[in-house]
Amino acid sequence: MIERFLRIVGSHAISVLRTMGHMLLFLLNALYFVFTPPFKHRQLLREIRFIGAKSMTVILLMGSFTGMVLALQIFYTLRKVGSEAMLGPAIALSLIRELGPVLSALTITGRAGSALTAEIGIMRITEQIDALSAMALNPVRYLITPKIVAAIIVFPLLTSIFDVIGIYGGYLVGVKLLGLSSGTYFSEMEHFVDMQDIRIGLYKALTFGILVLWVCCYKGFYTGYGAEGVSKSTTNAVVMSSVLILISDYVLGSFFM
Amino acid sequence: MIEVVNLHKSFGGQRVLNGANLKVSDKELIAIMGESGGGKSVLLRHLIGLVKPDRGKVVVEGEDITRVSRKELDKIREKFGVVFQGGALFDSMTVYENIAFPLREKTRLTKGEVREKVEEALEDVGLGGVEHKFPAEISGGMKKRVALARALITEPKIVLFDEPTTGLDPIILHAIHKLIMDTHKKYGFTGVMISHDIPEIFEVVDRIAFLYKGVIEVVGTPKEIRRSSDPVVRQFIKGSLIGPIEIT
Ligand SMILES: Nc1ncnc2c1ncn2[C@@H]1O[C@H](COP(=O)(O)OP(=O)(O)O)[C@@H](O)[C@H]1O
Ligand SMILES: [Mg+2]
Repeated sequence: MIERFLRIVGSHAISVLRTMGHMLLFLLNALYFVFTPPFKHRQLLREIRFIGAKSMTVILLMGSFTGMVLALQIFYTLRKVGSEAMLGPAIALSLIRELGPVLSALTITGRAGSALTAEIGIMRITEQIDALSAMALNPVRYLITPKIVAAIIVFPLLTSIFDVIGIYGGYLVGVKLLGLSSGTYFSEMEHFVDMQDIRIGLYKALTFGILVLWVCCYKGFYTGYGAEGVSKSTTNAVVMSSVLILISDYVLGSFFM
Repeated sequence: MIEVVNLHKSFGGQRVLNGANLKVSDKELIAIMGESGGGKSVLLRHLIGLVKPDRGKVVVEGEDITRVSRKELDKIREKFGVVFQGGALFDSMTVYENIAFPLREKTRLTKGEVREKVEEALEDVGLGGVEHKFPAEISGGMKKRVALARALITEPKIVLFDEPTTGLDPIILHAIHKLIMDTHKKYGFTGVMISHDIPEIFEVVDRIAFLYKGVIEVVGTPKEIRRSSDPVVRQFIKGSLIGPIEIT
């Protein structure tokens, strides 16, 4: 009985470890091609356009509303303790350190991550990946590396845009609606936001970018045999990416207290 | 020369190949037939190292490709052109870019030379005028012809065709057969073609092999196959419901 239990747990643990090892090798393989020519510039531009430029609208929307909601909530709290002047720094710090990176990453995962998994998965089941291999071209170099590099470029940029738009959204509500002075809103921000805060935000964005693309590309690349495999991979990729974003956010956050 | 020796392959307990043997001589054009889901594509994918066998070997021009390093495998793959079952055209590229892709990636031809070759290939497969369309915008028959053009553009020594004519109308079917025969005459490649086209295939290939229950059951020239008394072959040629192949 106990032996049976141990055997089940053990075999499960081994299979989890094997998958993790396999995923790690996949990432290392993709990163290896970042440093070895020939580089696939065209593919990189295409991915930046797909992951980045096409996510702009939704990032702008998310950013502005997040800033506005934050302003309402934080203003309400601050008024109770009589320190409304701190509204600017409170919004800026929440956005830059936490909400900007996390919400941007979740947004991009929903908008582009699922599509990437589906795209790669379809390339797998329609033998396009095999076609590359058959031409003696490495599919990881052509398909995966450009996407990961694009994410490294795009995630911090979109996160910064999210932050800035969010701060202006907060300005709109805090200053134009709730009557705080515009000087207070911005000057207090300058006092309280350090370079360190901005750096943490960008580290997070970078980490999330690599994590999301890693998971989404892996799930697509090793999708199951047949069409139902792709839809399963896509769902899995989004769930796993989102969970990893939140877990790593906590880990990074406690690391950089 | 390609030699398949005692090839075994299972997927999760399902036996697909069960000791298949086949020899294909240089410049020969051979067809592989067999029931759907019988492992023809799996066999073909072994020939270019896309699947690792559980047991057995695949020898291409003297080298066992199941045992070589990735680098050496890539070298051998450069001799191949492959037409995959669904065409496997790159969705993100136009017809023109699809055909030009192997030239751009694998050769040092100039832009002009690439253009010249691609235009010639498009003409050969009768597809002038669609070069700027994407695969999603053209018909199944056109896709197969684009895939054919892409596979042949580098003038490979060995060409694998996975059902290049399945699902096409008889006119296009003949056009594709003629195209394969013409290019075969012109370049003299070694060709392995999966096909169901009875009786048209008899006029196209040098030999025909039947894959049945994971092994190559019969191989012979079209003449021999026509006269064969093997029950699997007889059933296949007649398309009969009664015989060793059971329809499930
Ligand atoms: N990568 C794979 N994983 C699991 N099963 C596979 C895989 N490739 C092929 N099969 C199975 O092997 C069998 C033979 O497939 P295939 O070679 O495509 O048949 P066909 O003769 O029609 O080309 C099928 O039952 C198919 O489901
Ligand atoms: Mg097949």
